Amino acid sequence: MYISIEKVSKAFTLKDKSTLTVLDKVDLYIKEGEFICLLGPSGCGKSTLLNLIAGFDTPSTGTIKINGNTVTQPSIDRIVIFQNYGLLPWRNVIKNVELGLEAKKLKRKERRRIAEEYIKLVGLSDYKKHHPPQLSGGMQQRVALARALAVEPKILLMDEPFGALDAMTRMHMQDEIERIWQEKKKTIIFVTHDIEEAVFLADRIVIMTPSPGRVKTIIEVPLPRKRDRTSLDFLKIKDKVFTEFNLK
Amino acid sequence: MGKIVKVLKVISSLALFVGIWELIVLTGRYEPSLLPSPVKVLEGMGELVKDGTLITHFKVSLSRFITGYTVAAVTGISLGLVLGYNKKVWEFVEPVVQLLRPVSPIAWFPFIVLWFGIGDVPAIIIIFIAGFFPTLLSTVSGVRKVDPAYLNVANNFGIRQPHLLFKIILPAAFPMIANGLHIALGTAWVFLVAGEMVGAQSGLGYLIIDSRNSLRSDLVLAGIIFIGISGLVLDRLIKLLEGYIERQWGVSEGRRN
Repeated sequence: MYISIEKVSKAFTLKDKSTLTVLDKVDLYIKEGEFICLLGPSGCGKSTLLNLIAGFDTPSTGTIKINGNTVTQPSIDRIVIFQNYGLLPWRNVIKNVELGLEAKKLKRKERRRIAEEYIKLVGLSDYKKHHPPQLSGGMQQRVALARALAVEPKILLMDEPFGALDAMTRMHMQDEIERIWQEKKKTIIFVTHDIEEAVFLADRIVIMTPSPGRVKTIIEVPLPRKRDRTSLDFLKIKDKVFTEFNLK
Repeated sequence: MGKIVKVLKVISSLALFVGIWELIVLTGRYEPSLLPSPVKVLEGMGELVKDGTLITHFKVSLSRFITGYTVAAVTGISLGLVLGYNKKVWEFVEPVVQLLRPVSPIAWFPFIVLWFGIGDVPAIIIIFIAGFFPTLLSTVSGVRKVDPAYLNVANNFGIRQPHLLFKIILPAAFPMIANGLHIALGTAWVFLVAGEMVGAQSGLGYLIIDSRNSLRSDLVLAGIIFIGISGLVLDRLIKLLEGYIERQWGVSEGRRN
C-alpha cells in the first residue's frame, strides 16, 4: 500500500498534566493517486492526522509509512495546503510560487519558468506581481496551490483548504482541484467538515468521530467524474453520509 | 479641503502658543534674559542661520546621530534575530537587558568619558545606548511573534538555516522591527542633545550650553526650536519609510474579496 497508517494514536499532555487523546488507533490505507477525504466534526482529530502524515508531528504510538518508509519529518514530497493559505505577504505571487523552488537549488531562470507555468495552471497569469493581501481568498488559495504543485510533490495534504471561502468560490475551487488532480495524478488527502464537498471530491470518504478521534466508516464514492452535485446518485451517497452522522 | 483645514489647525495652534508667550512677555514681569520674546528668538534664529553656526553644529550632530543610530540598528537587529530565535539564550540574557534598559544613557557618562575620552565618541555611544534597547527588544519580540504557519511552510518546503532567517524570519518580523527603529530614532535624538551638553565641544546640544554660558537666552531658545524641528523632520522621514514597508508587506492595504 502507498500510504499505510497503522494503529496510530496521538495524545497531548495538557497544562494540568492530564492527557488528551486526540487520535485513537487509527488504521487507514491509501492507494497511490487516490483522492481521500477525511470528514468529521471539529475535534475529531482529522487535522492532527494530517499533521502526522505531513511529518510536522509524530504519533504517540503506531506508525505512518509512505512507500515503505516511516514518516519522521516534513518532506517536499508531501506539501500541506492550509486553510489560511500560508502565503508570505511580503512576496508577490510569482516570488511566493518560487519559494519551494529556491530550496531545490534551481537556476533563477528555470525557477521563473516553472513558477509561470504553474501560475498559468491555476489561472493567475494576470496577477503575477500582486501581493497576497491584494487578492481575494479564492485567488490566494490558487497561489498556495501553484506553490505546492511547482515543487512536484507526490502527495498533497489539504487542511480545510476552502473553509474560509464563500459557497460559490468554494464550488469553483472544488472543480479546480479535481481538474488538477486528474491532470497531475497526485495522491490527495483532503480534510473537510463539508459533506457535499467530500462527496463531490473523494474516491473514498473516511468518516471520523470525535473524542477520541476514530475512523468510524469508510464510504466508497463510485460516481464518475465530473460529478453532478444535483444528480440522484450523488444525493444517495450524501444521504448515506448523513445517516452515518445520525443527521437524519 | 481636508488638507487646508489641517494646515490651518497647525498654524492656529502654533500662533496661539506664540501669542500666549508674547502676552506673558508683555506683562513685563519677567526679565528679557529669563524669558526672551518671540521676536527676539526669531532674530536669534536668523543670526544663527546667517553666520553659519547652525549649519556647522547641525552637521556635526547629524553625523554623530547617523553613526550612533546605524550601529545601534545593525547590532540591535542582528542580536535581536539571534536572541529571538534562541528562546533559551534569550531567557538567560533577558534579566540583564531588562535591568539595563531603564537606565538613562546619561548615567553611563562618567564611565564613557573614562573609557573613551572626550570628543565625538561619548555622544555617539550615548546615542547608541539610547537606540539599541528599543531596536533589540522590538526585534526579539518580532521574531518571537512570527506566525508559526510561516515556519511550517518553510519547514515543509525544505528551507533550512541560514535561508530560514533571511527569507522567512527577518521579513516576517520586519514590520515590528521598523516600529522599533522608529521609537529608537526618537529616543536617540533626545539623548543626542543630552550627550552633547555634557561631553562635546560642538553640536546642537553644545550650541545651547554655549549660548547659556554667554547669557544669550534667545539663542538657547532658538537652539531648542531647531532641535525640535530637525527631530520632527527625522521622525516624519522614518514614518514614510515605515509606511512604505507596511504597504510592501501588505499590512495596511485594502483587501479585495
